[in-house]
Amino acid sequence: MQTQLSMSRDAAGRKAVNIKSLIERFALIVVWLLIIGIFGLVLPGIFLSWTNFSVLFATQAPGAVLALALVIPLTAGDYDLSVGAMLTLSAVTVGVLNAVHGVPIVFAVMVALCFGIILGLINAFFIVYVRIHSLVVTMGTTSIVTGLVQWMTNSSTIGGISRDLIDLVARGRLFGISYAFYYVIVIAFVIWLVFEFTPMGRRILFVGRGREVARLSGIDVGRVRVGCLVASAFLSAIAGVIYAGLLGAADPFSGLNFLLPAFAAAFLGATAIQPGRFNPWGAVVSVYFLATGITGLTMLGIPLWVTSAFNGGALILAVTVSQFARGRAESEIG
Amino acid sequence: MMDEKAKVPALKVSAIAKTFGGSKALKGIDFSVLPGEVHGLLGQNGSGKSTFVKVLAGYHPPDPGGSISVFGRPLPLPMKAGAFRDFQMAFVHQHLGLIPSLTVLENMRVASVVARKARIDWRAESRAAQATFDRFGIHFDVKAMTGTLSQTDQALLAIMRAAEDLRREDSRTGGQGLLILDEPTPFLPKEGVDRLFDLVRQVVAHGDSVIFISHDIDEVREITDRATILRDGAVSGTLVTKDASHDNFVEGIIGRRVQRSVTKAQPDRTRKIKVSVRGIEEPGLSVPALDVAEGEILGMTGLLGSGYEKVPYLMFGATPTTTGSLTMSGQTYDLRSMQPKIAVAQKMALLPSDRPKASGVASLSIRENMLLLDLERFIGKFGLNRRAMRQRATEIAEEYEVRPNDPSLDLGQLSGGNAQKVLLAKWLIREPELLMLDEPTQGVDVGTRQQVYGVIRDAADRGSAVICASSDSEQLADLCTRVLIFARGRIVDELTGDQISKDNIAEACYANTTLDVA
Repeated sequence: MQTQLSMSRDAAGRKAVNIKSLIERFALIVVWLLIIGIFGLVLPGIFLSWTNFSVLFATQAPGAVLALALVIPLTAGDYDLSVGAMLTLSAVTVGVLNAVHGVPIVFAVMVALCFGIILGLINAFFIVYVRIHSLVVTMGTTSIVTGLVQWMTNSSTIGGISRDLIDLVARGRLFGISYAFYYVIVIAFVIWLVFEFTPMGRRILFVGRGREVARLSGIDVGRVRVGCLVASAFLSAIAGVIYAGLLGAADPFSGLNFLLPAFAAAFLGATAIQPGRFNPWGAVVSVYFLATGITGLTMLGIPLWVTSAFNGGALILAVTVSQFARGRAESEIG
Repeated sequence: MMDEKAKVPALKVSAIAKTFGGSKALKGIDFSVLPGEVHGLLGQNGSGKSTFVKVLAGYHPPDPGGSISVFGRPLPLPMKAGAFRDFQMAFVHQHLGLIPSLTVLENMRVASVVARKARIDWRAESRAAQATFDRFGIHFDVKAMTGTLSQTDQALLAIMRAAEDLRREDSRTGGQGLLILDEPTPFLPKEGVDRLFDLVRQVVAHGDSVIFISHDIDEVREITDRATILRDGAVSGTLVTKDASHDNFVEGIIGRRVQRSVTKAQPDRTRKIKVSVRGIEEPGLSVPALDVAEGEILGMTGLLGSGYEKVPYLMFGATPTTTGSLTMSGQTYDLRSMQPKIAVAQKMALLPSDRPKASGVASLSIRENMLLLDLERFIGKFGLNRRAMRQRATEIAEEYEVRPNDPSLDLGQLSGGNAQKVLLAKWLIREPELLMLDEPTQGVDVGTRQQVYGVIRDAADRGSAVICASSDSEQLADLCTRVLIFARGRIVDELTGDQISKDNIAEACYANTTLDVA
């Protein structure tokens, strides 16, 4: 009788825990829907339109891919500030090769992606083998790449990128939304599969949370970190290609504007879907959550500087929240 | 006047007790240190030595009722942390308290550097440091990075700094101070210990008194005038060093007569040798040959600084080495190129003592920690089969009696003992050929300890060779079939069968501290 009682209490306790974790997981999505609802009421007719959202989904795709790129090294315990600069380098490479030098678009894109791999390897060399902190290394490579971009473009926007790329990214639509959005979904899906359903994903997680534990469990910590840094630079290059395709041009300056929202989204994403962990779906939801807020505020006629303040505030708030989420879990064993 | 001062003890301790929770770490101790003497303080782990030092430093408040006076001035108990400086005391702990990335001068003069002065006069600071060096006849380049000095030099620097702190106070109180050296020697080479002792003699010659805390009976016999021995939280005696034999000290520490075993035990040759190590020659560690048999639980122990705890990490490739080889399952591995990755692949297992940092990740779930090494087994058509993983983790947690049995909890939410069961399970589900444990029951509650022992014994019964490095004689006596005693980096004794008991192990540790016993 007594055991039965305690068992049922146990089950009740577990149910309470489940509801709590359910709230934690989906709070961000609920807040997102709420914001959409509020803007819908305040801006009747214009905010809640399919055009508005299809534009939002497409234009935020480069930022979303950048946030996804960040999730990988962050999970392995390294920062990568160079993703924004890499996005620009990739877009500009496509522009210069294709529009200026007439290189076929396929080759231009391949060269841009190779640059991604090379930058990832350079970052990894200094971070993993020379053992310099990732923030310092990627801040340095950011500046180098930015300089390179200015040299390549003479600091001016390059137009006239092949229509084939534009068709594949912006003009091609499914359910009224540009293909760009679906690339985000595919990339998020692949990262999710790797993180959750492969031994490699588990190893990345252990490398990020406990390097010494990972090393003594026979995991090649250095190789995992190199792989993650290369993956993030490669995905940033893809983000650059998507950006070039959306604009039909290569803009040598705007890449860095994506950096802060991407970081904010990666950290905010770590408070949702799988709270306490950097995770791809959380990052994607966060990108669109932040973009919805900014779009709505802009439609209300709020001045441009608010955008920067909004993103910066969101980054600090997100890190604070995820710090609490992690701090609670990081109590010492025993 | 001079005579009057000589009679006042440097330190007088009366009825100092300290209770933690329900257990008495100090049961009311009394002893005194005479002015100008070097006074040894000895005792096993858990005898109350370090608790006493922490009481003296004001880190632990003692139970009400006792008193401590320094040069006749009673300490206000409980004392504020750091207040010992106002009572002519200075401490040098094993970790020395030097900052390696600062210069010798910055470390030497840290007290006046952090004092609230508008401006630091570096030239005056440098002169002050030189004056200290002159006084002791030991000179260092004041601009050198402290971290580039040898271990010995750093210890000397820390002691000179502490002696200088005493000097700063004595203008008020008349030229005497009490320097407490808390195990400064275990990691120093022999000639380093000699230099340190020369410095201690100089400190005493300048009129100060010294408390020298050590595990090493030979060192205590060399440097001290008298020594107080603690056992189980009480004073077991104060010996006049020149009248006491080595055995007198061991008796005081262990609490019974020394029985010399005449015949050396023969190891059990009936079982098949499973793992052999040859030719480990490191600074501070020399293991020419070591064999572990199938089903054997081999203990390794020794005093602090004896080097036994390094052996498992070298065998596993977790710390780099320049010598040695390991033979297992008919294959020989060069330890120079050994890596944890290779060790894991060869079914070796290592459970480090630093659980939160090296052994398991507190912020990840029990399931994730448990199955980390076994992931390949769960790869199905669609990647990792998470349902099978959940099911397997629950089964394992059931088998190893993990409480609560909910593998989705974070590892950090478990008690120390249950976390240790999870991490043992992590290695044991791979059925290792060689299982190596470093302090396997550190931070494990008494109730769970027996379960942990049971799990280790089961592994041995299934044929694993087990190595258990531990400083806990009782644990080794409960668990091991053979115990190796290390001193100064060498195996100096071996206990088997009936010889294995808590007291015998402790005694062997203390009996073999001399360098040339082999």
